[in-house]
Amino acid sequence: MTNSPSTAPLLDVRNLSVQFTTRGGTVTVLDDISFTLERGERISFVGESGCGKSMTALALMGLLPAMGRVSGGQVLFKGEDLTTASPARLRRLRGNEISMIFQEPMTSLNPVFTIGQQISEVLRLHRGVDNAEARDRSVELLQAVRIPDAAARVDDYPHQLSGGQRQRVMIAIALACEPEILIADEPTTALDVTVQAEIFALLRDLGAKLDTAIILITHDMGAVAQMSERMLVMYAGRRVEEGQVANVIKAPAHPYTRGLIACVPHITSDVDALVDTLPEIDGIVPPITRFGRDECLFAPRCAKAADECWSAKPQQSDIAGHSSHSVSCWHPFGTEGSR
Amino acid sequence: MSDKLALDVQNLSVSFPMRGRGADGRRRALLAVDNVNFLIARGKTLGIVGESGSGKTTAAMAVARLVPKLAGNITIDGIDFGTLDNEALRQARQRIQIIFQDPYSSLNPRLRAGEIVREPLVYAGETSRAEQDRIIDELFEAVGLRPEQKALFPHQFSGGQRQRIGIARALSTRPSLIICDEPVSALDVAVQAQILNLLKSLQGQFGLTYLFISHDLGVVQHMCDDIAVMYMGQFMEYADRKSFFAAPRHPYSQALLDAVPTIDIGAQPTGGKLVDGEIPDLTLPQTGCRFASRCPHARDVCNGGVPQLQDWPGSTGHRLACHLTGTFATS
Repeated sequence: MTNSPSTAPLLDVRNLSVQFTTRGGTVTVLDDISFTLERGERISFVGESGCGKSMTALALMGLLPAMGRVSGGQVLFKGEDLTTASPARLRRLRGNEISMIFQEPMTSLNPVFTIGQQISEVLRLHRGVDNAEARDRSVELLQAVRIPDAAARVDDYPHQLSGGQRQRVMIAIALACEPEILIADEPTTALDVTVQAEIFALLRDLGAKLDTAIILITHDMGAVAQMSERMLVMYAGRRVEEGQVANVIKAPAHPYTRGLIACVPHITSDVDALVDTLPEIDGIVPPITRFGRDECLFAPRCAKAADECWSAKPQQSDIAGHSSHSVSCWHPFGTEGSR
Repeated sequence: MSDKLALDVQNLSVSFPMRGRGADGRRRALLAVDNVNFLIARGKTLGIVGESGSGKTTAAMAVARLVPKLAGNITIDGIDFGTLDNEALRQARQRIQIIFQDPYSSLNPRLRAGEIVREPLVYAGETSRAEQDRIIDELFEAVGLRPEQKALFPHQFSGGQRQRIGIARALSTRPSLIICDEPVSALDVAVQAQILNLLKSLQGQFGLTYLFISHDLGVVQHMCDDIAVMYMGQFMEYADRKSFFAAPRHPYSQALLDAVPTIDIGAQPTGGKLVDGEIPDLTLPQTGCRFASRCPHARDVCNGGVPQLQDWPGSTGHRLACHLTGTFATS
């Protein structure tokens, strides 16, 4: 081990690649993804559907679908490479030191068990506590996620709760063992905005209290700005831009990042300043069969595309003056540019 | 009645029968839409915003006569659409079309794209097959699909393209009113912009009138001339776009806007503003403001009768239903 445990980041993903074996052959769904995550840090993965955000999360947790395998790179969690860890080891980690919440809280909860039983399960499994203690702790956790009248609601079934409350229960389950990393995969997409604001506030508070690092997967730049310190923009299985959220949003270097920020109508109090036509990103994400080619996969949708974009994959380069801001593009926007 | 009005809805109420009887022995019914009024001038867009369960889709479906109304008048193009029945209703239905939220489930998987767009024309009658073909070609071009794509089935299209088919279908009968029911909520962000731009350019090209249902205030701001904010079946605020976004007046509107995450770094959402109160039971008659239980400004007067939409003092057309009009600070 080159890094001593005290200076190594909590999570160090190095050149992670994942391949799927399909009837049409082998396709590279994740191509050379690298990033680090420090204790208590909050990072967002941003991009459209099918760009590999969720697949990255699943790869970290050793939950790739059967047709997928890690074809290269390392996932170093506190110095231990999870890509070579045994299934038993991964089971001890998942839900304990690394946990995850999903988009649809109804389908991720088991409808035939009470929410108390489902929180207790995690505690009994990973912490070895007895039933009575697990139940007491479940009530405390429901209080921590601000479910009113927790002592009574602990015996409710998922269908008795609203969508927002179900997501709170998912958060209680995910945080039961005070994990070091929480992966939140579009946790508020199915919820109303007022509920979303409450869930975000809850995640921020509990994350800070437990010093839990949070990976937020989202396509909403507003959510990124409010939930994360750093962001990683993904396109077609590749990392196209990474940096401090403030820097990236203020001066996005990759045309894709710029397009993602500009194409969403942002609320303003001065409607006279609004444009009539939203800036578009033409076309759609390519099918995974095109992933992994030695070219810029964004070129077909990019206004700046030139010959070199079609003939070679752009390498990652740092943006001058911003040490932690990097982009993979043949023709990035300068840092002087504003959105 | 001005002929500039595409839609005039007066005192619309919708109630759904429930199982069982209430304490008074009468059948229980849930009043999903409670006495709402709205107008849309030809070529304009009215946005109804609200959270899930607010009744916005139910109100729109009642306008289209797809959900029976309890009371109210619906006038389209000066025709009393709300009272038509049988053949007259069938004929008049071509005046209203709907673009649905989910482009996957709202297209018949067994029909080719061209036939999906043809179907409303067949039901509307009075067009020859050759005339239908001409209209279909024109619409495919207008929504940005290639002519050869008429022969494809829905599963061969991406989500955005499917929504384009849905839009072409909605335009086919040259309707006076198009109900857009969360038309971009199921689409990826980049595709959302493509569809919103298309809807706007088609509106300019064909003078379309939209009733736009959405929970996304950013989208509503971009698309709509007038905004109605709905909560638990009632309009809480109704104003033109400029006046609304410059100064949203109703505590509920303010809470909704505050909850939207912005890309301004440092701006923290204030979602905690709403009180975590009990939501009123819509199967019972309302005795006060239905938002009072969650309103940070609520006081005793709020439980004294249901507030009605009234002009904000000194403005015309910026209306809100609030007992406290002008008595709390608006930010």
